[in-house]
Amino acid sequence: MDRFAFDLAHLLAGGLVLVSFTMLYQDRLYALLNIFAIHALVLTLSVAWQANVQHAPHLYVTAAIALVFKAIVVPLALHRMVVRLGIHREVETVVGIGATMLAGMGLVALSMVVMLRVTPGADPLAREDLAFALAVVLLGLLMMVTRRNAVSQVVGFMSLENGLILAATGAKGMPLVVEISVAFSILIAFIVIGIFLFRIRERFDTVDVHALDRFRGERR
Amino acid sequence: MSFLGLDALGAVLLVPIAAATILIVLPGYVLSARLNVVASLVTLGAAVLLFFERPAPGQYLHVDDLNVVFIVLNTFVGFTTSVFSASYIAHEIEIGRLTPTYLRFYHAMYQTMMFGMNLALVANSIGLMWVAVELATLTTVLMVGIYRTSEALEAAWKYFILGSVGIALALFGTILVYMAARPVVGEGVDAMTWTILVANASGFDPALLNLAFIFLLLGYGTKVGLAPLHAWLPDAHAEGPTPISAVLSGLLLNVALYALLRFKILLAATPQAIAPGPLLVTLGLTSLVFAAFMLYRRRDIKRMFAYSSIEHMGIIAFAFGMGGPLANFAGLLHMTMHSLTKSAIFFAVGHIAQVKGTQKIAEIRGLTVTHPVLGWGLVLGVVAIAGLPPLGIFMSEFLVVSSTFARQPWLAIPLVLGLLVAFGALLLRLGGLAFGEPAGSTAPVEASYVPMFAHLGLVCTAGIYLPPPLVAWFQHVAALLG
Repeated sequence: MDRFAFDLAHLLAGGLVLVSFTMLYQDRLYALLNIFAIHALVLTLSVAWQANVQHAPHLYVTAAIALVFKAIVVPLALHRMVVRLGIHREVETVVGIGATMLAGMGLVALSMVVMLRVTPGADPLAREDLAFALAVVLLGLLMMVTRRNAVSQVVGFMSLENGLILAATGAKGMPLVVEISVAFSILIAFIVIGIFLFRIRERFDTVDVHALDRFRGERR
Repeated sequence: MSFLGLDALGAVLLVPIAAATILIVLPGYVLSARLNVVASLVTLGAAVLLFFERPAPGQYLHVDDLNVVFIVLNTFVGFTTSVFSASYIAHEIEIGRLTPTYLRFYHAMYQTMMFGMNLALVANSIGLMWVAVELATLTTVLMVGIYRTSEALEAAWKYFILGSVGIALALFGTILVYMAARPVVGEGVDAMTWTILVANASGFDPALLNLAFIFLLLGYGTKVGLAPLHAWLPDAHAEGPTPISAVLSGLLLNVALYALLRFKILLAATPQAIAPGPLLVTLGLTSLVFAAFMLYRRRDIKRMFAYSSIEHMGIIAFAFGMGGPLANFAGLLHMTMHSLTKSAIFFAVGHIAQVKGTQKIAEIRGLTVTHPVLGWGLVLGVVAIAGLPPLGIFMSEFLVVSSTFARQPWLAIPLVLGLLVAFGALLLRLGGLAFGEPAGSTAPVEASYVPMFAHLGLVCTAGIYLPPPLVAWFQHVAALLG
């Protein structure tokens, strides 16, 4: 394979992991949303490059969806929501930033060890892509469990989905139906989340998921 | 002749979608509840036709001996629940807990969910199956939150987050299966088509497939409600409308389990891959024992039966994990019996909670005195779910236990322990609920008892007499499962 093509794909996928790390230590919602936009942008570049390398024009559609929907529309919409709800203050975290970063490093190491060990036979590009993708997925999960705020949990979930798309595009020739469905499901997921945020606000005037726990009362 | 079969397959998918489209615009709850029932009945009819007329497997859809059992069970419980739902919803409208707008949405979502589950069962593409499971999940999330109380929203949010994480892990697993299949089958749609995957499974890279199965087990296992991935399940069952609790327990858990079974067959067809059995056995036993002990501390009646669902999904996963013709047979039988019994219990509980105006166990007492039909229906249901002879669940549990004793006696110890602990907890609670000093409202209840007693009748009959064709069919499917 062309050395340059490989290096650039590697760089972009690695960049996605790096941006995931950057998201882990954001303590303000606006900054978090901006970083998420960058995350989606890096994903767009990565998918577009895969489309070019694999001569798979349908992947450009996936790239376009990532660019328009995830890098522009969603961050803007969430931004407006944050303004309207007046929750731009600090993001509450469950665990300290330092511990989270250490856990993140552990997860990246884990995904490298696991993926590279089980896929010696696969072609190198797909293999490393998959390892990076797993790292992004795990970092997204980590972000979801370490944040209390509903908006940042949603951002964590979307970065996790970005990792899945990276994996799906890295698997050469994966049928189009799956890519579209992934993009589509993100859309649905976002609508669902939108409804939820709306309802949560209506009821509690807060989007801090921690507040939900208080209502459990004696039920537990 | 295959034309008719194709039509039946089409109807199983198209009728719910068409009904959902009409229901979203149809005003008036009486009419929409009726349409909901009719659409479910037509879907059931189409599903039964699949036994006789079966289309050749296509690239995206297929019907085989395994999934036809699931489809018929799915559409049957879907139909009876729609009958129950009609009388349940009438009461909710009366007391103003749901507005007509929400009800329109509720009925449309009900049919969309049926579509999602049927699609997941007939999908031949593992990608399509994933999409369908996700669709069914998202619709149930919306239904769980439909009352918009703070508890309902918390339950829906928790379900949504955990369900999404599970579904995301399952997608990663699906991608890994594709990666394993690609070198053998070639690029494109074929490498995700179930029938082609199984035929070529012997050439797949075992290491990649092992990793894929771990992700799929965690992903779809979250949806099955296996401990320790069950956290969403009790809340979702307790806070949503009761018809949804019935379909969640009776159907959606089965659909997720079906997805797991598919991949288990794939792994079994690949030499050198890890045996998926022990993993399922471990998760199943953990769920069983954990849920059995958790049953003692429940104060909410729907939450208690939700934990009982975790327990039974544990038993089913355990049986399929043990494998072999007898254990698989027991697993299939137990799954069918559990779906029927648990939805019957939720039908009873739904009406009980409505008439008493509470879900707290402490405030519901002496049901056999205040509401004899409902009370005795609940007694029969709980006796069945606890596994007393001569009812259907006793028979399937007996088969699971005896086949375990024959092959792995030491595994039978935690199994029997879990069963006994759960048995004790359920009967303990039942004593107060059914025979205690009567408390709460004694107002007569406008209920439709037909769905509940139809299910319980089937369960009782199955405990005494299983029709030979059914036995032969289950044995055949059990052999397929390996």
